[in-house]
Amino acid sequence: MSNTNQFAATFLQEAAEQLALIEEIILEVEENPHDSESINRLFRVFHTIKGSGSMFGFDKVAEFTHHVETILDKVRNGLIPISKELVNVILAAKDQISQMLKGDDACVGLLDGRADLIARLNALQAANGESASAAVPEIAKATEGAKSASVTTYQIHFRPEAGILTRGLDPSVLLQDLRVLGPCQITAKTEAVPLLDQCKPEFCGFCWDIQLTTDCGIAAIKDVFIFVEDDSEIIINALPAVETVTAPSASSIAPVIEKQVKSETVVKVAPTAKNTSNAKAGAANGKSANSHKNGGADGSVRVPSERLDRLVNLLGELVINQSRLTQVASRFDCPELSAPTEDLERLVAEFRDIVLGIRMMPIGTTFSRFKRLVHDLSDELGKEIDLVTEGAETELDKTVIDQLGDPLVHLIRNSIDHGIAKPDERERLGKPRRGAIRLAACHEGAHVAIKIEDDGEGIDKEAVRAKAIEKKLITPEAVLSDRELFNLIFLPGFSTAKAITNVSGRGVGMDVVKRQIDALRGSVEVSSQLGVGTCITLTLPLTLAIIDGLLVEVDKDQFIIPMALVTENVELAADQRTCHNGRNLLPVRGEQIPYLRLRDIFDITGAEQPVERVVIANVVGNRVGLVVDRVLGSHQTVIQSLGRLYQNIEVASGATIMGDGRVALILDVPGLVHYTESQAALS
Amino acid sequence: MSVESIKETAQYITFKLGDELFAINVSQVREVLDLSLITKVPTAPGYMRGVVNVRGSAIPVVDLRLKFGLPKAPDTVQTRIVVLELEMDGEALVLGGLADSVHEVIELEPNQINAPPRIGMRWKTELIQGMGKRGDQFIIILDITKVFSMDDIVQLEATKASLNAEPANA
Repeated sequence: MSNTNQFAATFLQEAAEQLALIEEIILEVEENPHDSESINRLFRVFHTIKGSGSMFGFDKVAEFTHHVETILDKVRNGLIPISKELVNVILAAKDQISQMLKGDDACVGLLDGRADLIARLNALQAANGESASAAVPEIAKATEGAKSASVTTYQIHFRPEAGILTRGLDPSVLLQDLRVLGPCQITAKTEAVPLLDQCKPEFCGFCWDIQLTTDCGIAAIKDVFIFVEDDSEIIINALPAVETVTAPSASSIAPVIEKQVKSETVVKVAPTAKNTSNAKAGAANGKSANSHKNGGADGSVRVPSERLDRLVNLLGELVINQSRLTQVASRFDCPELSAPTEDLERLVAEFRDIVLGIRMMPIGTTFSRFKRLVHDLSDELGKEIDLVTEGAETELDKTVIDQLGDPLVHLIRNSIDHGIAKPDERERLGKPRRGAIRLAACHEGAHVAIKIEDDGEGIDKEAVRAKAIEKKLITPEAVLSDRELFNLIFLPGFSTAKAITNVSGRGVGMDVVKRQIDALRGSVEVSSQLGVGTCITLTLPLTLAIIDGLLVEVDKDQFIIPMALVTENVELAADQRTCHNGRNLLPVRGEQIPYLRLRDIFDITGAEQPVERVVIANVVGNRVGLVVDRVLGSHQTVIQSLGRLYQNIEVASGATIMGDGRVALILDVPGLVHYTESQAALS
Repeated sequence: MSVESIKETAQYITFKLGDELFAINVSQVREVLDLSLITKVPTAPGYMRGVVNVRGSAIPVVDLRLKFGLPKAPDTVQTRIVVLELEMDGEALVLGGLADSVHEVIELEPNQINAPPRIGMRWKTELIQGMGKRGDQFIIILDITKVFSMDDIVQLEATKASLNAEPANA
C-alpha cells in the first residue's frame, strides 16, 4: 500500500476533528447529564478514533482509547454516573490522545500521563463497583473489549466487496488482525475468481471462511471489520460446541451485542443495521463518517488555506489593474471602450465579494475552545461559571478569526479570574452561585462586534483612578469620563488585581489585547458597573484584504477613508473656518461637529481651496469631520500593510496602489483623532 | 557580523552618499530603481521618506543620508532606490534605501577586506563589516541588517568623544 502515508495523514486530520468534537460533546454532557444521545455520540466518536487508529497503525492510541471506551460504555448503560471527575478524565484523555497522535508518545512523561489516566479511569470504575457487577475490575484490566472468561470459537464468513482494493483496503491485513485475536484457521474460497485472461488487478474475487478461537468476544472481531462492514458480507457465528459468554460482566457490553451472542443467532452486519447507527451518528460525526465512504458527499471541498491566500492576492492585482483600466478609459470619450470597462468593473466587484466570501468562517469555530477554557479555569479557581455563546454563525475573515483567539482568551481569563467571585462570595452578594459569561458576536455594518460580558464584580473606577495616579499616568486632579478611565486599563503595566495568580494580574494582558485588536484594525470598548458586571466590546472589520474606500485629495496627495466610517460629506467655505474656544466646530443640521484639517495635521503646503469638503466619519459613536480639498469618489481599496518600519504610525492603517501606480495611504480615522488629541495635549 | 565572518569571495554593490563610497553584499539587494514618486507618510520621522510602488507592492523608502545623520541633499537624476531584502527577527523585510548614486557591482576577495581601523575612523565601527579597497579608494562595507535593526537615526559618523573614549570592538 503505497498510499499508506496519505491515508495516515487523512486519518490524523479526521482525528483532530473528532477530538474537537469530543471536547464539545463532553461539555454538553456536563451541562445536561441526562442527554443519553450525547453520551452515545461521545462513545461513537471514541470508537471511530479507536477503529481508524488501529487501522492506520496507531496501536497505542487505539489501546488507550479502548480504556476510555470501556468507561463510556458503562456510562451509557447507566452503571457509572456522570460526574465532574468523569468529565475531567475524559477531557484529559482527549488531550492525551491528541498528544499521542502528534507522534511523540515515546517520551516518558507521556507514558506516565497515560498510566495515570488509566488509573483514574479504573478508579472511576471501582468507585461505582458496587452498582456494577463484581466482574467490573476484571474488565478494567482487560485490554480487549468484551472480555469474557470463556474461550469461544467463531465461524466467520467474510466476502469483501469486489472493489475493496480500489479503496486502498487490503483484506489480508484484516485477516492478519484476526490472527492476532487467537488461533485461527482461514480457508480461502476462490469460486468467484475469474479466469486469468479476465482477471483485473483491482478486482477482488476472494472470500474467506475463518474459524477463530478467541477469548476476546465478538465485539473485538467486529472491530476488525469496522471499515469494510458497510459493503462486505460478514457473517459471524459463535459455534455452540464451546460454552459461550456466561460471566455477568457481559451485562456491561452493549445490550444489542449481548443479545446476539447469547442467542447464538447469525449476526449479519448488513448495511441496514449499520445504517441505523450511522443515521444516529450522522449529526455528530457526519463529516468524517461520510468522507471515509465517499469523500465530499456533503458538497463541500477542503482547500488548503494558502491557495485561498493566493487567490486573494491575485484578486488584489485584478482590482488594481481594473481601476487602472477604468482610469485610462475615462480619458477617452469612447463608448466602445467604456461599456466593457464598466461591465468589467461590475464583474470584478462581484468576483471580489465571492472570493472574500470563501474566506469567511463562522466565528463559532473559536467559541468551542473557550468552553473548555471556562470549564478548566473555573474548576482550578473553585468557581462555578457558565459560558453562554451567541451568534456563533457570524462570519469573519479567516485571518481575523485566526488572530482573534489570543485576545479573546485573555479577556475571558480576566472575567473568570477577577470578574466573577467565588460561589460563596456571590451568594453573600445576593447573586446566583453560578456566574455567567456571555460571549456574543453580531454584524454591525461592515464590522463585527464581539461582546464579552460577565455578571461579576465589575471594575472599580476609584481603584483604577488610584492606580493610574500611583503610576503617574494621570494627575490627581484630572477629570476623566468613564470611558477614558476604563481605557486606562489598556495601558502597559496596568493591573488592579491585588494578587498575582498564574492566571492574570501581571498587567501584561490588556495592553496586549489592545495591540492585537489594533493590528486587526479593530477597536476595544469597556463598560462596567461596580457590582453588576463588565462588558468588553471588540469591533472588528469583516476583512483585511479589500475594503470600499472614499478617495480624497489634499493638494496633490491622495488618501483613502474607509467607506464604512463615512456618513456624509458637506462643504466648508473659507469664512466658516472659525475657531470656537480653540476647537474647530462645524454646524451640520443643528449639530456641532468637530473637524480636523488634514492639511494642517500633515503639514501639506500648496494653494488652499476657497471651498473645502468635510467628510464626516463615525468614530466609536462620535462624529468627526475630516477637511480635504476634494472628494474624488469611491474606490475599491486593496489593503497593503505599511510594514514594520511604519508600525508606530497612528494616522494611517495601510497603503494601497492606485490605478496610476501611485501609492495612497489609508487613513486610520480613530488613530488620527487620537494623534491630534495627543499633539494638542503636548503643546 | 565582523570582518571575520567574510570568508568567501563575494559581490558587492557600491553606492555613494556624499563623497564616501559604501558597499552592500549583493545577496541583500533585490534591485536598483530610478527615483519614482514617493508617497510621504505623515507624522513619520524625517529619514522615512515614504512609500513607493514597486511592481504592485508598497515598499517603505529610507533616506540613507538622513538615517546616517548626514545633511539632507536634494534629489538628482543620479538618485537611486536600492531595494534591500533583509531578514530581521526571522521575518523578511523589504525596503528601499535612497542613495545619491549607485556605481557598480564589484567582486572582493576576503583578503581584500580589512577590519575597520580602530582609531582615526570617521565612521562608527560597529555598523561596518569591513573596509574594502579598490584602487586608491576605500569602500565601507556596511552591516546593513544592523543599521536597520536600529529604529532611530544612527550616527554613522563617530563623534570625537567616542573616538577617544572607546576603542572600537570590531
